[in-house]
Amino acid sequence: MSQIIDVEHLNYRYPQQAADQLTLTDISFTVAAGEWVAIVGHNGSGKSTLAKNLNGLLAPVSGKITIDGQVLSEQTVWDIRRKIGMVFQNPDNQFVGATVEDDVAFSLENQGIPRDEMLSRVAEALAQVDMQDFATREPARLSGGQKQRVALAGMIAARPQILILDEATSMLDPEGRAEVLQTIQQMKADSDLTVLSITHDIDEAANANRVLVVNDGHLVEEGTPAEIFQHGPALIKMGLDMPYPERLKAALARLGVQVPATYLTEKGMADWLWQLRSNK
Amino acid sequence: MMSKMIFGRYIPGNSLIHHMDPRAKLLLSFYFIGIIFIANNWPTYVLLFAFTLLAIKLSGVKWSFFINGVKPLIWLILFTVVLQILFSASGGQVYFQWGIITISQFGLVNGVYIFCRFVLIIFMSTLLTLTTPPLELSDAIEYLLMPLKVVHFPVYEVALMLSIALRFVPTLMDETEKIMNAQRARGVDFGEGNIFQQMRAIVPLLIPLFVSSFNRAEDLATAMEARGYQGGEGRSKYRILKWHGRDTWATVTFAVLTVALVYLRA
Ligand SMILES: Nc1ncnc2c1ncn2[C@@H]1O[C@H](COP(=O)(O)OP(=O)(O)O)[C@@H](O)[C@H]1O
Ligand SMILES: [Mg+2]
Repeated sequence: MSQIIDVEHLNYRYPQQAADQLTLTDISFTVAAGEWVAIVGHNGSGKSTLAKNLNGLLAPVSGKITIDGQVLSEQTVWDIRRKIGMVFQNPDNQFVGATVEDDVAFSLENQGIPRDEMLSRVAEALAQVDMQDFATREPARLSGGQKQRVALAGMIAARPQILILDEATSMLDPEGRAEVLQTIQQMKADSDLTVLSITHDIDEAANANRVLVVNDGHLVEEGTPAEIFQHGPALIKMGLDMPYPERLKAALARLGVQVPATYLTEKGMADWLWQLRSNK
Repeated sequence: MMSKMIFGRYIPGNSLIHHMDPRAKLLLSFYFIGIIFIANNWPTYVLLFAFTLLAIKLSGVKWSFFINGVKPLIWLILFTVVLQILFSASGGQVYFQWGIITISQFGLVNGVYIFCRFVLIIFMSTLLTLTTPPLELSDAIEYLLMPLKVVHFPVYEVALMLSIALRFVPTLMDETEKIMNAQRARGVDFGEGNIFQQMRAIVPLLIPLFVSSFNRAEDLATAMEARGYQGGEGRSKYRILKWHGRDTWATVTFAVLTVALVYLRA
């Protein structure tokens, strides 16, 4: 598989920082086209800073970023921004349009796409996130989850190859979060989108093919969700809420129950519990 | 509640007036304010009122909205009318005189005319804002500002600013409400005490509001850049305005009205 994101020895420092300090230190990783990668880590560990480096919203001190074969530079930054769609944390602060359809069309307007094509792409995108009945609504009359789905529709309409979610579900209630996650999975299934999701939500991380752990500006660990979740309570130190099955396992172990050492999904946990009961 | 007073003014509807091009509505409303000053006798004012009431009837918006539009300004109107009655040059029969104060027939009639002008202007501008979504108004303003591009006035940018400002009004209203409640919970009284105490109570409201607005603005700018915004040039437009036959007809109607006014005036 080809590498759609290739980051080599990325160092980043905010302008107001002292010369010997770095927010991101020597970050290197690759993401294959079509992969879903979760990035986890504490608040302030540098995840958002990393995301903003990938599409040139911030310029690194040193290092090389290659997106879909193009090296990120002042010349390529606008091309690269077309290839990357970004959804941020706060649903309100990224809603640019005065109505739902205007917001979905915003990226297309920026690209100078003719109006006829915009009309069909906006309608199509809204249908895909199931918001077609809200096309003329103002954002004030939408829930957080609906706003985030509109943001995703904006991405669908702009057809990026990479979708970066920067804690896109963290301000939503469980219901809104589930809706948004489902929409992302749908998007992923419909096209060979590459997804990079920054999250504290274990379910979201569990959906990924691979998890990267960032701590204090360093990339400290990398593995499949199953490998990472085996760390148990150490996960919390990594900035993840421990998954419910793992918490249950820990509690059972304290009661003297023999528990499997491998990571269990919620379904796997339920199956194991049934077996445990019928073996008694 | 504040938002309802000022901005939730648009009343969705399906009337001819609702469907008019916002550019036509905006221009004709301004034009109407201009031709009010042609009127100078009873027939002309009656004609203007008949015209306005017909337009209101056509819009299907309830009369009470228009009466409510006049209410907040009633003291200003009455003040102006009283000044006009008391201090205008005497003419016709003089009913009362004391020093420089004169109540004459002329002054009374003038006072009534002024009152009519105010009411007409308020009715017409209320009709404009009640039947036109703010966003359409901002589109109309953008279009009408277009000639200023010649002198390098940033028309697209101003239009985008306007539409973003409109889009954030309800968001900031909600936020204000939230902060007010938070401050109330800490014992701040809003709307109590003398004017200085009231102003002091606003400070703990404004500071968090400013801070959060700046944060929002920064987030919004980041999101816009991430979505490829590079300034107004080279953008295409999703929303467009369409001039229909009805807009031409409305314009013609106003022309006829003007002719009738000129013909009827004293
Ligand atoms: N605009 C900024 N200017 C200066 N420092 C910043 C800025 N944004 C973030 N930081 C700092 O950079 C570090 C990483 O922040 P961030 O990337 O937002 O972390 P995360 O997204 O993992 O919570 C933090 O210490 C934060 O205080
Ligand atoms: Mg962050």
